[in-house]
Amino acid sequence: MKKFFDNIFRYKSNKKINGYMVAGSIITGLIILMVIVGLFYMPYDPTKMDSSCKLQGISLKHIMGTDNMGRDVFSRVMYGSRVTLLIAIGTVTMGVVIGSIIGAFTGYYGGMLDEVLMRIIDALFAFPSILLALVFVSLFGTGTYQVIISLGIAFVPSFARIVRSEVLRCRNMDYIESARLQGVPDLRIIFVHIIPNTKDTMIPSILIGFNNAVLAEAGLSYLGIGSQPPYASLGKMLSDAQSYMFTTPSYVLSIGMTIVLMILGFAFLGEGLGKDKRG
Amino acid sequence: MADIILDVSDLNIEFHDHDKPETVVFDFDLTLEKGEIVGIVGESGSGKSMSALAIAGLLKRHALTKTGRIMFDGHDLLTCDRDTLRSYQGDEIAIIFQEPMTSLNPVKKIGWQVEECLRIHHKDMSKQERKEKAVNMLDSVGIHEPEKVYNMYPHELSGGMRQRVMIAAAMIADPQILIADEPTTALDVTVQEQIVELLRKLNREKQTSIIFISHDLSLVSRLCQRVLVMNKGYVVETGKTEDVFKRPREEYTKRLIAAIPKIDI
Amino acid sequence: MEDQVLSVKKLNVFYKNRDGKFIKKQTRKQVLFDISFDLKEGEVLGIAGESGCGKSTLVKTIVGINKDYDGEIIQKYPDPQMVFQDPYGSLNPAKTVGWLLKEPLRVDKNRKWTEEEMNERAKTILDSVELPENMMERYPSQLSGGQRQRVCIAVALMRNPKILICDEPVSALDVTIQAQIMNLLRNLHDKLNISIIFISHDLRVVYQISDNVMIMKNGRIQEYGETKELYRHPKAEYTKQLLKAAGIRGSI
Repeated sequence: MKKFFDNIFRYKSNKKINGYMVAGSIITGLIILMVIVGLFYMPYDPTKMDSSCKLQGISLKHIMGTDNMGRDVFSRVMYGSRVTLLIAIGTVTMGVVIGSIIGAFTGYYGGMLDEVLMRIIDALFAFPSILLALVFVSLFGTGTYQVIISLGIAFVPSFARIVRSEVLRCRNMDYIESARLQGVPDLRIIFVHIIPNTKDTMIPSILIGFNNAVLAEAGLSYLGIGSQPPYASLGKMLSDAQSYMFTTPSYVLSIGMTIVLMILGFAFLGEGLGKDKRG
Repeated sequence: MADIILDVSDLNIEFHDHDKPETVVFDFDLTLEKGEIVGIVGESGSGKSMSALAIAGLLKRHALTKTGRIMFDGHDLLTCDRDTLRSYQGDEIAIIFQEPMTSLNPVKKIGWQVEECLRIHHKDMSKQERKEKAVNMLDSVGIHEPEKVYNMYPHELSGGMRQRVMIAAAMIADPQILIADEPTTALDVTVQEQIVELLRKLNREKQTSIIFISHDLSLVSRLCQRVLVMNKGYVVETGKTEDVFKRPREEYTKRLIAAIPKIDI
Repeated sequence: MEDQVLSVKKLNVFYKNRDGKFIKKQTRKQVLFDISFDLKEGEVLGIAGESGCGKSTLVKTIVGINKDYDGEIIQKYPDPQMVFQDPYGSLNPAKTVGWLLKEPLRVDKNRKWTEEEMNERAKTILDSVELPENMMERYPSQLSGGQRQRVCIAVALMRNPKILICDEPVSALDVTIQAQIMNLLRNLHDKLNISIIFISHDLRVVYQISDNVMIMKNGRIQEYGETKELYRHPKAEYTKQLLKAAGIRGSI
């Protein structure tokens, strides 16, 4: 058990405590804990309106106050974090899976396939991913799953690039050559021999990807095309809350802080993992 | 007794990168006479390159402690100030490395790189003098058409040629000591032989003392007058090359010699 | 002849060059010229030469990595195995030694291996390259250069090949480790009656193990013959040069 923790929370090179890793794990752990608890228990129904207590500040009864319709903000944050996390995980998973497949094939086989697919990827790269997602949202319509698909596609190019360059690096290594000599089929070489070697680069990129997904989703919701009320994500809630920024600052601040913490947690984890690799 | 130009005594080098300090060179002693070629042999991790870098003053100042003395020209190179050290580096003590592919700056012309040392240490030289000297030097390390090579870039040259350029750059200021750290390891055998021949010639003509570091015993035995055998940071045996190779006293030296493939023809 | 495991006849090999800055033009460059030799069962053939002489290209063509050639390559047994020069690049860093050892068996088309059989085989082979069983759980990064090269040899031997090709297997190792690996190769050769093609730039190392030696330069065979005879009475000028440079004719 101790060894397990040492492996994660200490630098491999000099055995010092990896502060980024510890902070990242604590913050991300708290967020995930909040989401999991939210699955079974919430202090209030997040959609239940109560006109008697609108826009209240922080109190023992409502630890993050209430919103303009008298809903409990903490319960809504619990729910909204779930939606946001779902979108982030879905988006990144989609980006990584499709990106890895494209990157792996183009990197491994090269030639015409590489030229064609990479030019398409380049074209996609030319647009900012949020703009790209907007285009796809207008194609697929709004809603949580549509947002996942749109953002997922927008995330494919960057992951495809990363995987491709890693595959290119590994492709000509002697160990791949020797696997070929043993008669290992191409697909097995790509996914069993090469892909595991990309993890040092991929894990930090995936964590950064989470951040970008959270931000992109918040951006989309802010523009009013993310997940739809009453099942709001954090971004949607933030855009609702900004009109009350001066009357009830606790409302907008508590939602904003949740987003910040979520991103900070992933960023720390990514930094910690990257640091360890560099030693 | 010829003049002793370099006297290293009790040199210890210690790393502090990890929690526990790690000593990589223990009690290294070496005296170098003028015009002498001394070989340092050992396997990877024996501390041979570390000692050489320390003598050249190229070890980083942080993360390391060095104790002992490296006496050159009346100064202790370990304790003297930076400027004194800088004034010797390149001018009096020069070093060439193993990898000719990465030791030259790929975006600078050969001539520029060969002259670099003059530009720093002999500021009074005119551009024309510098060029003349560089071309002469390129010629004397056996490069054909030195004028042409002067204006070429490193990637246009083969490995052997680059190593010659490196030697030219190191020798241009007529240093008293040349440290050669595995200068032929990355080269083909026939080219290796040419480089060794070149070092021998420079040693003979200019009376440059050479510290030749290599893992190749047969090469060292052909080039060096004296040899130090290193293992795990210790100098295990030292003496005249012939004595050490013909009548090794230490177990480790015997093992090293036994590891050379024997040819019974 | 019956006991030839490999026979190469009039082999010419080409490399594709991609020239031109914007529009890639393909040109074909010949790198090997008229290579012919036979490898008998249990023979060790040494190939020596300097970098760029085509010795690596030759074996890459034999094992099928280079496909652009004409001439004949007749192999009596399928899939020859290869041991590479750089022990740090020839083992997949993401896998354990045990996994790497079993991989050739997992993809074996001729028979299906059960997990126990694979383990059994891996242990036998590890033993024959003089490595302890507990190596199985280690990762390549935890091994020394010599140990890695032993693992590479073990992986190559897993499916009992008849031909083992060693491309500069000891060039990246320290001399004392070199001697150990050479000993190991010799022992394996005697025990398994395997044919070996041994490539090296080091004429001393080649001498130790080879029955026959081929000296190559610029894609052509300069001299080819029985080892002792060739070292004693080199005919080609280039062979003499090489021997002199290696310090074989002259000092120790």
